[in-house]
Amino acid sequence: MQSKFVMSMSVAAFVAAAFAAPVSHAAPEKIIKVDGSSTVYPITEAVAEEYQKATKTKVTVGISGTGGGFKKFCRGETDISNASRPILQKEIDDCKANGVQFIELPIAFDALTVVINPKNEFAKTLSVAELKKMWEPAAQGKVKTWKQVNPAWPDQPLKLFGAGADSGTFDYFTEAIVGKAKSSRGDFTASEDDNVLVNGVAGDVNAIGYFGYAYYDENKDKLRAAAIVEKAGSPAVLPSRESIENGTYQPLGRPIFIYVNATAAAFKPHVKGFVDYYLTKSKPLIEEVKYVPLPQKDQDAVIKHWKELKPGTGFGGVAEVGVKVEDLLSRIK
Amino acid sequence: MTDQVKPQASVLANLDEVRAMIKRHKLNDSIFAIIGLVALMIGLLTLLTLFVDLVMDGYPRFNLDFMSEFPSRRAGSAGLLSAWVGSLLVLSVTFISAVPMGVGAGIYLEEYAPKNWFSDLIEINVTNLAGVPSIIYGLLALGLFVYILGLGQSIVTAGLTLGLLILPVVIVSTREAIRSIPVAIREAAYAVGATKWQVVSQHVVHYSFGGILTGVIIGMSRAIGETAPIITIGALTFIAFLPPSPVSAEPPYLNFDWLFSGFTVLPIQMFSWLSRPNPEFHINAAATGAIIIVVTLLMNGTAIWLRYNMRKKIKW
Repeated sequence: MQSKFVMSMSVAAFVAAAFAAPVSHAAPEKIIKVDGSSTVYPITEAVAEEYQKATKTKVTVGISGTGGGFKKFCRGETDISNASRPILQKEIDDCKANGVQFIELPIAFDALTVVINPKNEFAKTLSVAELKKMWEPAAQGKVKTWKQVNPAWPDQPLKLFGAGADSGTFDYFTEAIVGKAKSSRGDFTASEDDNVLVNGVAGDVNAIGYFGYAYYDENKDKLRAAAIVEKAGSPAVLPSRESIENGTYQPLGRPIFIYVNATAAAFKPHVKGFVDYYLTKSKPLIEEVKYVPLPQKDQDAVIKHWKELKPGTGFGGVAEVGVKVEDLLSRIK
Repeated sequence: MTDQVKPQASVLANLDEVRAMIKRHKLNDSIFAIIGLVALMIGLLTLLTLFVDLVMDGYPRFNLDFMSEFPSRRAGSAGLLSAWVGSLLVLSVTFISAVPMGVGAGIYLEEYAPKNWFSDLIEINVTNLAGVPSIIYGLLALGLFVYILGLGQSIVTAGLTLGLLILPVVIVSTREAIRSIPVAIREAAYAVGATKWQVVSQHVVHYSFGGILTGVIIGMSRAIGETAPIITIGALTFIAFLPPSPVSAEPPYLNFDWLFSGFTVLPIQMFSWLSRPNPEFHINAAATGAIIIVVTLLMNGTAIWLRYNMRKKIKW
């Protein structure tokens, strides 16, 4: 027994040494690396699954949040970055510092959905001004009841549920509602996991929260989507495929993106093949995972943009709200 | 006569007192036993409820397809293949890296290290390391293995990270096991002229092997459920292929490419399914949770069984 033990120990030590030796990486295999937003993840995952079945090319998809994804992307660690908001100036600088150029491709629309408890009858429509009153940094510690937001509402506590600060959803919501990305009160229940928010709002009559449409769609029996009034006088609009396509769900209808490493796009045929597939075959997949595909005209424009391999962003480093896809693409010269 | 009766009465009275006391103490005993039982039951019932809940939620997914399919966007056809293969490979790296080091360190500290301030310092550090939150190991690994050593977000990185994580557990349990060997055994061995190495390898380690193994298995069963450090180093969420095979048909038969492959593991797969909007995926997550618990219980059970059997075999 003891000799066996000693032997197994020395074998183990030997194997450990063998492991330590080949620090040089194995020959680079053809793997397409994608990382980034959890909002875009379901679409990319679906495309990756189908593409892998069709071509046997290996694709990996991670979830690091839009910000986390860009960090890896700009270090050149990933080929494609999922993003639920446009790339920001700081990230553009990071990419530049590492010599990473990117091609910005809008791939679908999402409706950032403001949800309330189904038992809440008074806040079925919400104006952007009211949302701002709830969420702006000045509200911290002060706005604690629904009545404080709108005198017509009952004097009940206001329970807020929102996206965590690393998510593109948070950036976009604050930009659209408060007017400045990442500018929000801090005293609310924040989570990167949208199911936490779903359960929070479903379990509390006085709660209000926001997240991507897909989470609302899967939990329609537990939640009520609020209709959004963009400015005084404009109609209240519920999130839906139609209201997103015709552009009336403002300011919370948002395009979501993939960013492709321009060098990989030009020199790695498997990455190019994947993006080709993504842009031409994803429409039914996008619908299946409850997002809204781009209208055909925009889709064609995006494909043309991709074929020309034009690097750069149409946003100039700001999370601008309410831009039309065609305008966006034409800005990139 | 009266002289005889009197002391008897006093003895009897005394006896009643003693009986009352015994009764009181027995009551205390049983009160404590009940408190102990309740405490035990709270722990056991919580685990049982959790487990039954997971099994009931995950029941529809307990089939072979679930183990042999890759993850998918359709909950019904999604499976655990890449996750359990990933877990297995990561754990084997963990085993190979942590066990020799941990057992070696334990033996050294217990048998060889001189008792001075330096070994005291090491001892305090090892005990502290066992209490460091696992996310810290993840951050360390991200800096050290992923960026400085350039190992990437790979199986070898994850395996070494978990190896570090369970190292203190292995060291501490090795030392406990060695300490349980009676001094008389060592002295007897020395008395018949054994060298230190002979004493350590043929007696101390031999007799404490069961205890050491228990510590190793408990460490490994902790590693299998760890999520935080592996997420920190950037394990992938969707990975629908297996790492290159460690054995091949043509020479050199063994290859180590798999060490540098991307991967996912069981708890991460579960985590990712839980965060999906579609409740169908929560069934998959529950099934995965139940599987992780079963594997952990099996490993811990094996540890107990091994310890019992090895203890039985020892004849001093």
